[in-house]
Amino acid sequence: MNKIWLIIKREYITRVRNKTFLLSTFLLPIVIVLFIAGSIFLSVKSEESRKRIAFSDTSEFFKPLVKNDSSKIVFVFDAGADTLNYTKKGFDGFVYQDDSASHHFILRTPKAASMGTTSSIENRLNEAYQNYQLERSGISKTYLDSLKKASSSYFSVDNKGDDAKIVNAGLNYAVGFGSGILIYITMFVFGAMVMRGVMEEKTNRIAEVMVSSVKPFQLMLGKILGIGAVGLTQLLLWIILMSVLSVAATAFLPSDIMSQVQQIQNNPAMASNNTAQLSESAKMIANVSNLNWPMIIGCFIFYFVGGFLFYSSLFAAVGSVVNEDPQEAQSLMLPIMMPIIFGFIILSSNLNSPDNDAMFWGSIIPFTSPIVMMGRISTSPPFWQLALSMVSLIGGFLFTTWMAGKIYRTGILMYGKKASWKEMMKWTFRK
Amino acid sequence: MNILELQNLKKYFATQKAVDDISFNIAQGDIFGLLGPNGAGKTTLLRMITGIFYPDSGEVVFNGRKFDPINDTAYIGYMPEERGLYKKMKIGEQAVYLAQLKGLSKAEAMTKIKAWFVKFEMESWWNKKVEDLSKGMSQKLQFVTTVLHEPKLIILDEPFSGLDPVNANLIKDEIFKLAQNGSTIIFSTHRMEQVEEICNHIVLVNKGKKILDGTVKQVKQDFKENMYRIGASIAAEDIQHPAFEVIKHNPEELLLKLSAGTKTNDVLQYFISKNITVNTFSEVLPSLNEIFIKLVEGTKTARQFQEI
Repeated sequence: MNKIWLIIKREYITRVRNKTFLLSTFLLPIVIVLFIAGSIFLSVKSEESRKRIAFSDTSEFFKPLVKNDSSKIVFVFDAGADTLNYTKKGFDGFVYQDDSASHHFILRTPKAASMGTTSSIENRLNEAYQNYQLERSGISKTYLDSLKKASSSYFSVDNKGDDAKIVNAGLNYAVGFGSGILIYITMFVFGAMVMRGVMEEKTNRIAEVMVSSVKPFQLMLGKILGIGAVGLTQLLLWIILMSVLSVAATAFLPSDIMSQVQQIQNNPAMASNNTAQLSESAKMIANVSNLNWPMIIGCFIFYFVGGFLFYSSLFAAVGSVVNEDPQEAQSLMLPIMMPIIFGFIILSSNLNSPDNDAMFWGSIIPFTSPIVMMGRISTSPPFWQLALSMVSLIGGFLFTTWMAGKIYRTGILMYGKKASWKEMMKWTFRK
Repeated sequence: MNILELQNLKKYFATQKAVDDISFNIAQGDIFGLLGPNGAGKTTLLRMITGIFYPDSGEVVFNGRKFDPINDTAYIGYMPEERGLYKKMKIGEQAVYLAQLKGLSKAEAMTKIKAWFVKFEMESWWNKKVEDLSKGMSQKLQFVTTVLHEPKLIILDEPFSGLDPVNANLIKDEIFKLAQNGSTIIFSTHRMEQVEEICNHIVLVNKGKKILDGTVKQVKQDFKENMYRIGASIAAEDIQHPAFEVIKHNPEELLLKLSAGTKTNDVLQYFISKNITVNTFSEVLPSLNEIFIKLVEGTKTARQFQEI
């Protein structure tokens, strides 16, 4: 036991001290946050600054209809502007009616205009025409607008669980998919790390030196647990960093949204009654905090550890039977990767119906349960299913570790040739 | 007292009888040579002694008791032929780690490692990584980590491969010192001149079976062919006697093979009677190399796969 502890410590410390670990741990959350912030920033900033467009309205048809509002395009009805002097007059573009077709306008710009600019000019003109038609048939625009607004959000539907909390299907979907995909990725990353560690021991020829001091099983288990601890450390640091960053992010939200959130939390009934008064973002934040986070994070850690233990011993076994050639490792890794990928496919194709048969079996069978169960967890599956899934995962990793230990024991000392599946089976069932 | 007794050890692999009923004893303080051609089963035998493999049948008795791999490995230092170290680890940390796995406390390990590093002039290496070392340097480090925990039984598989003569001598001297201090050393190699120089007891295995067992002196006696070297300047034609046969004739030296029952004095008498001045006269014992080749020759050099 003491020896396993020494091995765990070495595996853990050498990896945690590694620069790549530090970089990926601290940079990744920052990169993600920057990425999100950056894409929001860009989507806001993507429209160019206000453009002044000269409009040659010879028929005087549009002048009373087109009103300059807050949009990025400002129409200026300047009768003196033409295609030759509009830039001199300080305009960014010049719009005039095409002579050949009266429904066709031309936008002249020094450089090619963006698609947004042309389509927004087009929209403005069409809108003006629509308003003109409406008013001609006696319907005022303000009346139509109020009608449209009222009818589009007059009725609303919310889903409530038996605990009277609002269920947000979209959010469940996002949390399930997000945590499922995270388990999927970490399983590959840390499983492959175990495999590379075993291969390193084998190619560096230290395996035999080690097994003259410790039992091969101890060596394998020490490596798996050490790397598992590295993975857990990284995930916990990510969770902490992410929550710190998200708290920091809420500080930048407008204060009226936060007070609305508080209102919803204090009085859940409000969320459905006064829909119109509450902004969508306030409802979203309230829903996020309505989820059972301790349960989700707890299960996430359990399924990460369980799934890691289940698969990493198989990865260790593969690492022990291959030699220097990484291609050998790839061909042997495939049968291990298949169920992981399969689990991901089950998850992504059935996420809309978290209680169907595929999801149920996928979340019970240990080969896919870490990924699939995480997809279901935000919809609170029945307790007995969760318990069954956990028990079968524990049983599963005990079995794979036992089996991998047998293969590892022989494989780690074999040099020169790759073992076949038949040989590995033989090693497994030998005493 | 025997530190190690092997009793009818057998280990069969799928296609080979790697070790097929081998027994021998090693006395405490011996420098023991385990010899054999490639693929004879030496490594398998050593792996059973170190507890890496379990024998299919037979028993290993260590220090008077049945070998218990979990506890007894602390008393064994094994330097396998396929050896290496963690490349990315610092040398000092690596040595401490390996010593701790052998049951030493950290403080104990530190003092011992420092003493060895001073002895081998390796003090400046502590914070270097293994990947920075040359092959010879890492070989020295490997030797230090093998003997650091003062094992009762030290097993060295081809310990001098990759070492220059100076460093090889350094290690050789340490091996002698360890043996003097009561450690037993098993030395596996197919370099016979090293065996002759270092070992006092040898066992030769071939094809999984023991074919020779004894002290180096005894083995040489057993395989001697009554060859004598006589130093005298004579012409070959002159020498003829039923008691011996001239094998080789050099200008100043003759190599004679005495026929059975002949005494050395008879030969000398003959030379004296011929009035030839004898400068030297000595027995020629076969080298281990010759014995090895003689015993192993004739069997197929490459081991064949067999059904069992």
